[in-house]
Amino acid sequence: MKYAIWILILLLLVLHQDYWQWDRSEVVFGFLPYSLAYHAVISIAAGIVWLLAVYFCWPDGLDDMAAEDVGGDARE
Amino acid sequence: MIQLGIIIGYLGLLLGLGLFSNRLFRGTVKDYMLASHSIGPFLLLMSLFGTTMTAFALVGSTGRSYTLGVGVYGLLASASGIVHSLCFFVIGVPLWTVGKRYGYTTQIQYFRDRLNNDFIGLLLFPILVTLVVSYLLLGVTASGAVVNRVTAGAFESWEWFASSGYGVPIPAASAVVCAVVLAYVFFGGMRGTAWANAFQTTVFMVLGVITFVTIANAIGGTDNFFENLKRATESISEAHRSRERIPKPVFFSFLLIPLSVAMFPHVFQHWLTARNAKAFKVPIVVHPIFIMIVWLPCVLVGAWASSPISGIPTGTPENEVLATLVRTHAGHVLGGLLTAGILAAIMSSLDSQFLCMGTIFTEDIVVHYSREERFTERQVVLTARVFIVGIVVVTFVLSLFPRAVFDLGLWSFSGFAGLFPLVFAAIYWRRLTAWGAMASVLTTIVLWTVLFGRADFGANRRYAFPESPVVITDSLSIPPMLPVVAIFLCSATVLVLVSVVTKPPNEKTLARFFR
Repeated sequence: MKYAIWILILLLLVLHQDYWQWDRSEVVFGFLPYSLAYHAVISIAAGIVWLLAVYFCWPDGLDDMAAEDVGGDARE
Repeated sequence: MIQLGIIIGYLGLLLGLGLFSNRLFRGTVKDYMLASHSIGPFLLLMSLFGTTMTAFALVGSTGRSYTLGVGVYGLLASASGIVHSLCFFVIGVPLWTVGKRYGYTTQIQYFRDRLNNDFIGLLLFPILVTLVVSYLLLGVTASGAVVNRVTAGAFESWEWFASSGYGVPIPAASAVVCAVVLAYVFFGGMRGTAWANAFQTTVFMVLGVITFVTIANAIGGTDNFFENLKRATESISEAHRSRERIPKPVFFSFLLIPLSVAMFPHVFQHWLTARNAKAFKVPIVVHPIFIMIVWLPCVLVGAWASSPISGIPTGTPENEVLATLVRTHAGHVLGGLLTAGILAAIMSSLDSQFLCMGTIFTEDIVVHYSREERFTERQVVLTARVFIVGIVVVTFVLSLFPRAVFDLGLWSFSGFAGLFPLVFAAIYWRRLTAWGAMASVLTTIVLWTVLFGRADFGANRRYAFPESPVVITDSLSIPPMLPVVAIFLCSATVLVLVSVVTKPPNEKTLARFFR
């Protein structure tokens, strides 16, 4: 699953470079220029993919590692 | 005058917030600089988002959309939605873990330990200060321009103000904004900054939506909001609705700009305030959506401003487009509130940047080069505060030589993006050496300085590198792109090559950072 998530993130980056629709200037939903609508969808998709990433790819034991006593800053 | 009164009232409110948070100050260095690692998911989201959304996001995006069209959203907003969260996840979370474990407050402390080298700190310090100051200039310049534009004509009987359009002079407005931010950072430290950021982020998001609706209704001119949206968008020229004004290689190269967030010292400091690792989850997921909520209306409004029915004079300077729209289409009260919203976005970045400047000077220079226990907690906090005052004064003086907000931001971000290979390699590559790191940092700053100079120190807005296409074969050439591409690639290449040919780091050091 982890690999699938990272592939999705790469896919988002590729879809972001949408050279194939560079000159499209039509209006969608009556008020949104197509290019703006497309990239707004990319933003929403990014939120969804990052939701999947924190669910499936979150590393274990971070708080334990951070709390290890290593004689850190005395001021703490 | 009503608008000015509302702006003054808002600034007063922030001052009050800073003074109140001072009452909760525990008197320790960790509390002043990192809020004692007490920030939960919501406050972390709001403070990280408020910090990364600057004058660049509101004033800059609207102004650049007015010039180039709606493609500006793809240039930075959707790219940042992917890349910022990526940086929070793959850079922010690991740095929080080692930062909490070893008690770091600044990036330089981490790099000194990770590379087992003291000089890397001395090398990074002036570079980080230079890049943050150029970033600070964004906010200071934009805040002055916005207040001046919105209050234009308010002092018609005052001949002193004739040269500033009878509004508050830009330097005076910038000075007041700097003073307010300085006051709440000075007294409130990181806790005051985080609270002020959360408050201001809420303010600018809510008022941003109200601005959007108000301007749409004013341009459309009917009672139906949806009909007004249609009319306003139909009035945009075809060139502004497509991306024909943005060269494809430039669009591609913008993808590297958001990597800069991984090396912002003020973002590092915010990461370290997190209560636990899980606090990062909400910012990682919600950040792209918040960016959309702020950028989409700004970019659309900027494109509307380019149409003849917007009432905005042709040739309006980019920095003044948003303020001119507000002044033209909102009433006095709403205009004052909306201006407060714009200032909120600007100040929510200035505060973190001022604080981090004080922190790195104090921790990485003063405390680091003093004998142990030389300073009391109180003296360390005082040193940070004094340095913050110095940085504010320097930034204000530099802001008297303004540049377009968008371009100033790009140069600052390009420098930070050039340092991305360093932080990435420090976390994930055991073979990174101190020599490789220093060579990479030097490459970044030398190349950045040379190219910045070639671009007339930001005055040449169309500067690209290579300056003309480099033909490799008949069918292959390297097109002109943003300077960040050359800076990033050279920095990464030098880092790898020099690390590989120099002595590997010792295992004892590596054992502290790699499991």
